[in-house]
Formats: sequence, structure tokens, C-alpha cells
Amino acid sequence: MALQSLDIKRRSATTSPTPSVREPSVGAVAKLIDVSKCIGCKACQTACMEWNDLRDEIGTNVGVYDNPADLTEHSWTVMRFAEYENPQGDLEWLIRKDGCMHCEDPGCLKACPSPGAIVQYANGIVDFHEENCIGCGYCVTGCPFNVPRLSKKDHKAYKCTLCSDRVAVGQEPACVKTCPTGAIEFGTKEEMKEHAQARIADLKSRGYANAGLYDPAGVGGTHVMYVLHHADQPTLYSGLPKDPQISPTVSLWKGVAKPLSMAAMALAALVGFFHYMRVGPAETSEEDEHRAEKEVSHE
Amino acid sequence: MSETTRPRTLPRYSASERSNHWVVAITFILLALSGLAFYHPAFFFLSDLLGGGYWARVLHPYIGVVFFVCFAVLALRLARHNAWEAKDAQWLKHFPDVLANREEHLPEVGRYNALQKALFYVLVLSAVGLLLSGIGLWRAWFSLPVGVVRAAALVHAACAFVAITSIIVHIYAAIWVKGSVRAMTRGDVTWGWAWRHHRAWFRQMVKGANE
Amino acid sequence: MTNHWVDIKNADIILIMGGNAAEAHPCGFKWVTEAKAHRGAKLIVVDPRFTRSASVADVYAPIRTGTDIVFLGGVIRYLLEKDQIQHEYVRNYTDLSFIVREDFSFENGLFSGYDAEKRRYDKSSWDYERGEDGYVKTDPTLQHPRCVYQLMKQHYARYTPETVERVCGTPQAKFLQICEMLASTAPANRVATILYALGWAQHSIGAQIIRTAAMMQLLLGNIGMPGGGINALRGHSNIQGLTDLGLMSNLLPGYLTLPNEAEQDLPQYLAARTLKPLRPNQMSYWQNYPKFFVSLMKAWWGKAATAENNWAYDYLPKLDKLYDLLQVVELMAQGKMNGYICQGFNPLAAAPNKAKVLEGLAKLKYLVVMDPLATETSEFWRNAGESNPVDPSQIQTEVFRLPTTCFAEEDGSLVNSGRWLQWHWKGAEPPGEARSDIEIMAELFLRIRERYRREGGAFPAPILDLWWPYANEANPTPEELAKEYSGKALVDLPDPKDPARIVRRAGEQLAGFAELRDDGSTACGCWIFSGSWGPTGNLMARRDNSDPTGIGQTLGWSWAWPANRRILYNRASADLQGRPFDPQRKLIYWNGKAWAGADVPDFKVDEPPDSGMGPFIMNPEGVARFFARAGMTEGPFPEHYEPFETPLGYNPLHPKTPAATSNPAARVFARDLADMGKVEEFPHVATTYRLTEHFHFWTKNVRLNAIVQPEQFVEIGEALAKELGIANGERVKVSSKRGYIKAVALVTKRIRPLTIEGRTVHHVGIPIHWGFVGIAKPGFLANTLTPSVGDGNIQTPEFKSFLVKVEKA
Repeated sequence: MALQSLDIKRRSATTSPTPSVREPSVGAVAKLIDVSKCIGCKACQTACMEWNDLRDEIGTNVGVYDNPADLTEHSWTVMRFAEYENPQGDLEWLIRKDGCMHCEDPGCLKACPSPGAIVQYANGIVDFHEENCIGCGYCVTGCPFNVPRLSKKDHKAYKCTLCSDRVAVGQEPACVKTCPTGAIEFGTKEEMKEHAQARIADLKSRGYANAGLYDPAGVGGTHVMYVLHHADQPTLYSGLPKDPQISPTVSLWKGVAKPLSMAAMALAALVGFFHYMRVGPAETSEEDEHRAEKEVSHE
Repeated sequence: MSETTRPRTLPRYSASERSNHWVVAITFILLALSGLAFYHPAFFFLSDLLGGGYWARVLHPYIGVVFFVCFAVLALRLARHNAWEAKDAQWLKHFPDVLANREEHLPEVGRYNALQKALFYVLVLSAVGLLLSGIGLWRAWFSLPVGVVRAAALVHAACAFVAITSIIVHIYAAIWVKGSVRAMTRGDVTWGWAWRHHRAWFRQMVKGANE
Repeated sequence: MTNHWVDIKNADIILIMGGNAAEAHPCGFKWVTEAKAHRGAKLIVVDPRFTRSASVADVYAPIRTGTDIVFLGGVIRYLLEKDQIQHEYVRNYTDLSFIVREDFSFENGLFSGYDAEKRRYDKSSWDYERGEDGYVKTDPTLQHPRCVYQLMKQHYARYTPETVERVCGTPQAKFLQICEMLASTAPANRVATILYALGWAQHSIGAQIIRTAAMMQLLLGNIGMPGGGINALRGHSNIQGLTDLGLMSNLLPGYLTLPNEAEQDLPQYLAARTLKPLRPNQMSYWQNYPKFFVSLMKAWWGKAATAENNWAYDYLPKLDKLYDLLQVVELMAQGKMNGYICQGFNPLAAAPNKAKVLEGLAKLKYLVVMDPLATETSEFWRNAGESNPVDPSQIQTEVFRLPTTCFAEEDGSLVNSGRWLQWHWKGAEPPGEARSDIEIMAELFLRIRERYRREGGAFPAPILDLWWPYANEANPTPEELAKEYSGKALVDLPDPKDPARIVRRAGEQLAGFAELRDDGSTACGCWIFSGSWGPTGNLMARRDNSDPTGIGQTLGWSWAWPANRRILYNRASADLQGRPFDPQRKLIYWNGKAWAGADVPDFKVDEPPDSGMGPFIMNPEGVARFFARAGMTEGPFPEHYEPFETPLGYNPLHPKTPAATSNPAARVFARDLADMGKVEEFPHVATTYRLTEHFHFWTKNVRLNAIVQPEQFVEIGEALAKELGIANGERVKVSSKRGYIKAVALVTKRIRPLTIEGRTVHHVGIPIHWGFVGIAKPGFLANTLTPSVGDGNIQTPEFKSFLVKVEKA
């Protein structure tokens, strides 16, 4: 079963090829979050905490329904509530389940310096293997969605695993299983895209002319997608980026700069080596000593 | 002077300066190796020198602080010898002669030649750059906006690249110009070495000695 | 619920009003999303706040809390005015054509027969006119000026869209849009459902609000239809079971009623409840009352209940008045109670006016609290600072805490909102010394009986004669109790048509309440549950989810009362010829010989559709009632009355009649009336509610729930916050005449100021859930603020509408 495959497609800080013989016949998986069906009940948050054995602090209320107020190493998903007055003067309460988007081209993995701390499975899931994490936080800079969080306790980075352990044995992620309204669905990416089209058609029939699927191309598409009523304005949903991509700074740093600078350094050493071999050392001869002596005694 | 007498020497670095240099050198090597480990997967194994990736990540910034403080002291000590002079430009024009070991064609050099001075400035600048960008990356103590951290990562890598490349040149120069290393190991150089490579400095040094 | 959870998926229009299903019933709400996704259903939410339900609604309209009758009355007026009603349905299945007595009247906000002194009505004029034959007179042309149709039209003529806007604050355009959407279900093949909860019940006119909604549904022909009905979403997993089993002070199991003081003999008691048909050829199912009653008495007192002793009728208490929660607290506060056994209940948190409850508890000699958790009630004597500022040295009440099992630690059945009795199995062993409620009650009973046996007493018979046939007297099993309420034959039961044939052997479980008899030969603890544990075993434990018709009628899943019927009044889903009104959603139909289909017919199975028998078999009329007759305290047609704490000070429909300002027939204790605040001092309108992250006052003991909603807050609109200079996240003090709470201010766009009678009214939202026990951040009990007055009919406290003052803390 391809959905169950935990073959690793990409591995952080790894230069050797990853196994590529097996090709999942049904393609990658995806989680589809239908924001228009979500009631913000936080059952997914709770299921996530239960399945993954996470317990955040009992915090405070800061004047919003969002609790915990942000993603943390213990809260891999949180509901974000945004109040929006539309041009018709009607209120909309846009509730978005935030968490890792599982990018096809994951910035975290790109930025990660530690071999195997971040992997992408053949099914598309991007997973952190904390035992390999060195705690540098580079993944945070690589993520266009501001998702990974460093633990204050062990300084390692944590985020949603898309319940890779459950998916590996043919189960859906815990949040999907628990979602009471069916706002979160799980399946192959193709199936989810199809399902999304039906939902978008329904939303359009209800007057949401700009309803659409959020599967941003800038990161190669994502394995967590949203159905949005206002797909033309994703930032309405508590700042979901309109055109996310790995920061050009990070791309440069972890991209061309890497081989070029290494080559340049190697070149510097090689130049020295060959210079030595061709020109030889700059030696001080006996004669130089004599001349120095002579110069002093002449004075 | 007989065949058996050893060449006369001039003091170049005091014991304190040498210690300072070597602390800087050792910390720099550790930083460069661990930094390279974070920078390129091919060098990740180097992190084992500091006890593996995790400990390399923990120690690197602390070593960095030691490096920067010691480097700053050293730089301050040597700053006055590195003032740029007109003849340095002249010297640089004859760089092919430098590479070809044809020093007789070069203008006389003081305590440091133009390349050494250039190295000094480059290292000072990159050390400052490394420190400031390093703060941005040091998540154990600092939490800056992600845009700043991203820029810091790039700046840190760029500065490290410049510094490491410069140090490669620096080390090669020490290997290439025989008789240089003892300046940092024993503190002195032979009269001949000084006369050949830093004649102006040699003359300045021996002037007092013979009067 | 007249219908059930799954059936919501069959609706075309869903109205959520007086509730917030997405918030309080997220799991059941899935059927709303199913209806939207697969039927293209439209969701309407009417609420003072833009709620979680509103966040997924097609249309949201604001409303001032407590004015739902005006809104719904407005809808009724619209439907009648535009003639958007299901004609075939209302003409044949309701009392529209019935003629009302001449002396019935409605003037200045009061119905005929009002006694201002006693705050009570003489309801004799609230009735139909009878003909020579004893049956009710009707006018099928609906032209008679006193027919229900004409009276109702006249009554709601005042509820114009302008009135709705002026009183409810709902913009006319929104109101009319909603009217239009609801009216779209008048055609026979379109259906609307209503989902409501305590947002309607917790008002001094709560029952009448719900009645108004039911009337609207009747006009649209939506009662008895799949995807229709009027659906109360219950707030506890088994609160439906609580009322079913008669845990109200005036009820016996199965909605039989306790006799009152005047009913000292059985024939008189039975006659008043054995309702004769009001129209020819009607079923009037309550004619079977004696069978249900006698079987109940046999279940309780066994051999001691005999025909000679009137089936132990004398053992039943005769009520002098209601002993509802408000009455109990009043008696406690007056020092008239010695002890209180508080089983699975946290009255300090759950009853209105915490200060009064506190005073009452402190006057008790002893308090027994049976609960799986430590509750505020069990620690009412503890000084918790500002949120419970008591002096323990001044409280002498002896408190006993008996830890009980929770639902997951015992077998048993729960009755859900859809009346399904679902058997459940123990999931874990109870911790520590916890014991089941059954075991505790059994031991208590055995000790009391022992004492009566030894010492006698004024009237020991009801205790000594109680039938206690359990294998382990000290710990009856849930199975034994389930079999008891389902019922069994006490002797061999002969077939009435063929006495030689035995229908049930002595000791055999009965198949249903049709087998109950009034001669003492059957025992049944709760007639509506009869058959749940039948001759074939425990039907509540069934888990067959097959749905052969695809409309969600899973008759093999658990067991629903009554008779495994899933949609009440389902005969009304078919026309006079017995054909389903909506061929797409066939529920039951006449197949030429009998009623058949996807549900258990709510009708006489072999009664032909054209015989004239009405589908509402529990009513002696055989049809549904728009005119409630004497069934309600306040009047036969719902009329708007202001909350007892009104932001207006008068009833905008009857500004010149002070007696009609608030519910004229509600019972209010003098002391509670004195504790009511006035708008001059408390200018803001408050309403309390639940949050999805918590369950009542339980889950503040649970870490996961505390994480996702850690700290008490109150919601105020941006306009009010600006007026008071309150920033989001700041602490505020909210006071009523009865006390104050302090909490974080959640400033939101979701509560907008409403313009009512020309003035601005601000709502303040007060979530419950916090208190001084638990691991969530300590807070104040929300009921510190609430007024102690109940609904006129069932005394549900007015938690949804009262006056407060908000200020910076």
C-alpha cells in the first residue's frame, strides 16, 4: 500500500541518493482542510495532543478563542480565528486549522544541516526525526509558513508529523479521525483535489465566487491543502501566505552558495598547493643572513 | 661570522601575543570545522570533533564568543602595525613578483606586507560580521524575527567563507614563506628572514640594536 | 427531538436558534454539514452573538436575547399573510378549523381569566367549543371568526417586520430573507428542521418560545417529516433519559404525572389523565393511561400493589406544589430543609443566584454529594478568595462526599437527544473507593428499610413493601434495572382475542407497551421504554447500522422510544391517501393493508388512511394543536413577554400594561423579585452559554480541555469596549444585582450593538465553565450573576437574559 509506504524520498543534509526504485502507484497523500466546514471545535487539537502524547501548559486567555495562542513544541496544530467584515457588511468568522503544510518542496528540509533530522517520505509526508535534530533552528528559517517550534527543554524542533506512524499502518491522521464535521479529510492527493473541486462548486453556488483550493505552487504544492471561501485572499485566514515560497535568502544560502563557496575554498587551497609545487617555497638563504649581518656591521 | 654560529634573530611576537594568536587559531579551527559541518552535508562528520552535531551546535557559539574576544584583543595589539601606507599599494602592483619569489623587485616591506594588512582588515570585518550574524542565529539566547535570522544565516555563511578562505591563504603563506612559523612558535625570526621579507622592519629593528 | 440526529441530513433548510449546535453539539453538527454538502441545505442562524454555528451559516441574523417569540411570531404572520403554508397538512392534521369558546379573549397582553393577585390564570375559557355530540365543533372552511386559524391570524397580525426590527433588533431585510427561506419549505416536498437548546429553554417564557417554533413548523407541514421536526439538542448525554424516567419533582416515569393534593383517590386521578377523544374516530392514546400506571405500580411494589389497595396508590406522595430546583433552593434559604442529597449535580454552580444557593447550603444540617469529581458544591464552605468569599467558621453544614463511578466505568444505557437508548459497556475500572450510583442508592435503601423494619414509623409501608427482586440486594445490576423498566409478564398472559393462546409466559419480558395491562398482570417501570429489553433480549445493545432506504433510518441500531420509532408523528409525513408527501424521502406509507416503510408507524398499523383518524394520536383531538388549550401556563397562543430583567422596563407590545411586561404567570419568590436589577443601574444585557472546549463544570478538571480553553472570559462587542475604554485581553468586572465576576474581556466584532425601541442595547456574553475547583485557571461561577426566576411551565431558570454592568476591573 502506497499510503503506508515509509520509503524516504528526501533526507536532510544527505548527498547520497535515496532509494527510488519503488514508485507509489497512487501517488502521494494529502490532508484536505475544508475551512468552510470547520466549526473551530478544537477536537483535532485535542486528538493531536492525545495521539502524540503532548501536553502544553495551561495558559491564559489573551482576548481570543485561539488557545494555545500559538503553535508550540507541544501544540502541533492550533485553530486560528479571524473576524472579517466582508464588503457586504456581513461578518465572517474565518477559522483555520494551522500547522505543518507538508510542502512538496520543504524549506525546513532544505535548510536542515543534520543528516536525517528531516525526511520526506515517498507519500509526501515531511517528518522530523528529533533524535537526529541538533537544535540549530535552521528549519524555522526555511519554513515559509512559520511552523517548526524549538523546545525550551531539549532545544529540538517539533511539528506535525501528519501522524506518519498512523498513516504507515493504514490509518488516517488523528485529527482527521476525530473531526466531527468532516472538515478534515485524508486520502491520496488526487482524491483530495477531486473532493475539493466538489466542495468549491458548492461554495460557489452559495455565493463565494472566489472559493478555491490552496495548494501553493511556490513550494511545489502541499500535502495539507485548504478549501477556502476566499482563495483570492488567503491572508484573511490569520495571515495564510498568498504566495509562499522558501525565502530567497535561504535558497541562496542553502542553494548555489553551498557548492560555489566550497569550490572556492577548495580552489584557494589548490592554488596554494600548485603554487608551492611550481614556484617552491620562499626561503631565507644563508646569503640573506650574511647580507643582513653585513648590512648591520656596515653601519 | 663563522659557519657554526646560528643566525642572529629578532623578536617578532611576545609570548603573550603568541598565546593570544594560538587561542584565536584553535578556536577558529574549531569554529570553521563545526561551521562547515552545519554548512555542507559533506562535512557534517566534522561535528564529531565537538562531540556530534548536537554538541557542536551547543558549543559553536560559545567558542565563537571566545574567538571574538581573543581576536579583538589580538587585533587591537596589532592594529598599529597594519596602518595602510602608500608603498603597500606599490607592493601590490608587483604581486606577480611576490608569487614568483622575486622579492628583489619589490619595494621594501615594513612589519607587515600589503597582503598581510589586507588579511588583517578582512578578518576584522568578517569577525564582526560573524559575531553580529551569529547572535541572530543563537536561538538559545536570542529570538529575533525570522527575516532577520534568515539574513543572519546568509551573512554568517558569507563572512565565514571569506574568513576561512583568508585563513587558507594565511596558512599557506606561513608554509610557503619558510622561517615564518617560528615567529609564532618561538617568537623570533632570523635576521636573514627579516632582511629578505620585511627589510624596512629589519632596519628599524636593528638600528637601535647597533647604536 | 421529534426526529433524530442522523435525520438532520434530510433537511433542506436548517434553522439554529436558541442554541449553538456547532458549539455545544459538535458531533451531532456533522449532520448539518452533511445536509449542506449533500442536499445543498441552507443553514440559518439567529443568535445575539455571531457564533461558531454562524461561522458556517448561509445567513446569520442578530436578535436581542429573550425576544424569540416576536421573531417567530413574525415568521408565523409572514407565512399566514403570504399564504405560504402546507394547506393539505394544516387543514387535516391540525386544529386550524376547531372553534374556540366564545369567552376566550386576549386583551392588553393578557388572556381571559387572569388573576393578577395570584399571578395565575383561570384557564376554563381556553378551550374549544363542543357540539351536541360532545365533540369539538369545527369549520373546515376556516371562515368562522373564532376558529383557531382566524384567532391565530389575528393574534400574530401585530408581529410585523417593523415590530420584529424594533423589538428584536433584527434588520428587516435579514428577517424577511429568513422568512422567505423558511417559507420555501411550505411545498410538500421541501422540509425545514429546527435545532435548539437551552437558548430557548432558559427564559421565563422558554416553553412558549419552543411552542411558537413548533407552530411555525406545523404551518409549513414540517412535523413528522424526515428532515423536519422540532429538535431539542440535549445538553448531557443522558438528560433525555432523566426526564423520560421522571426525575422531575412532578413526574413519574414515562411522563406519567404524580397526583396533586386534591387527587386523593385513584379513579379520580386516572379519569383526569385517561383522555377521551375530542373528535370522532380518534385514537387518543392516553386512553391507555391506566395500563401504564398500574404496570408501573406493579414494578415498584410487586405483590403489595393489588386491585384492593388501588395498586398502592396511597403510597405515592400527593403534591402540594412543585418541588423544582428553584423551590428547593428557596426552602433551603428559608431554613426549612435539614439535608440535601446531591447526586450527579453541582447546584452551587448550576443553580441561579449563587449567593442564595450558598446561603441555603450553609443552613443545611448535612449535605451529601455523590459525584465522580470534587465539585464547588462539595466545597461551598471553602474560602476561595473573591470568587467564594465565605467564612468557613460560620458554616456548620456537615458535608459527605461519596465518590461515584463515571459513565465510562459502568455498563448501562444512555438516552440521546433522538430518544435512542444506547447500551454501553464499561471501559475502565473505577478508581479508588468510587462506587456506582446504583450501589450507593441500594445500600442507602437497605439501611433505611432496616431501620423502618426495626423501629416502624408513621408510614413504613411504601418502604417495607418496595419490590426489591435483585440477585444482590446491595448492588442491583444495570441489566436487572433495564429489564425492570422494559417490563415483563407477571402471570401467563392470554391473548385477548383467543384466551386459549398464551401470548407471554409468566416472567417473560414484554415486546412493548401494547402488551401492558391494567389488571396487575404486567409490570413495567417506564412504559415508553417498554420493549427495549424484549423477549429476544437487549435491543439497546444492537449495533446494526444498515440503512436500507438511505435516509438514515437505522432501525437495527440501538432502540428508540417509543416502540423503536425514530421520527415521531411520522403518519403526518404521508397525505390523506397514505402517500408520502415527498416521494424522494419516503418514511411510511399505506400499502393497501397496513402502514409500512422505513420507520415504525406512529399510528394504528392497520388503520386505513381515509378513516379520518388523525396522525397526532397522543392528542385527544387526533391533530396537532396551534391552540394549546389549558396546556400552557401563560396562554394558548404564545405571546412575547420581556425577560424579568428587561433593558426596556416595559413590554414594547403592551407598553401600557405593566402586568404584561414579563411573564404574568411565572412563579417568582418575593425575595427573588427584590433581587432583580433595573436597567438604570445595570445597563447591559447578559446571556450565558457553553463553549465547545468544555463540558459544564466537569472538564475544568481535565488537562486537555484546560489547555484549549484555560481561562474565564466574557465577550463584549467592540462598540461597548470602546465606550468603556476596555482593551482586548484586559480584565473586567461584570456585576448584576446579585453579585459580580471578574474575567478577561474578549472584545469582538461578533457582538454588535442592537437598536431596540430607538435605544442602543449592548449584549455581554458570559461563558460558564469556570469555578474555584479544577486545574483550569480559577474563575468565578457565572451563576453568581443570574436571576432566580424560572420558565412559567417547567421552571427552567432564566440564564439567557438578564442585566449586568460591565466595567474595567
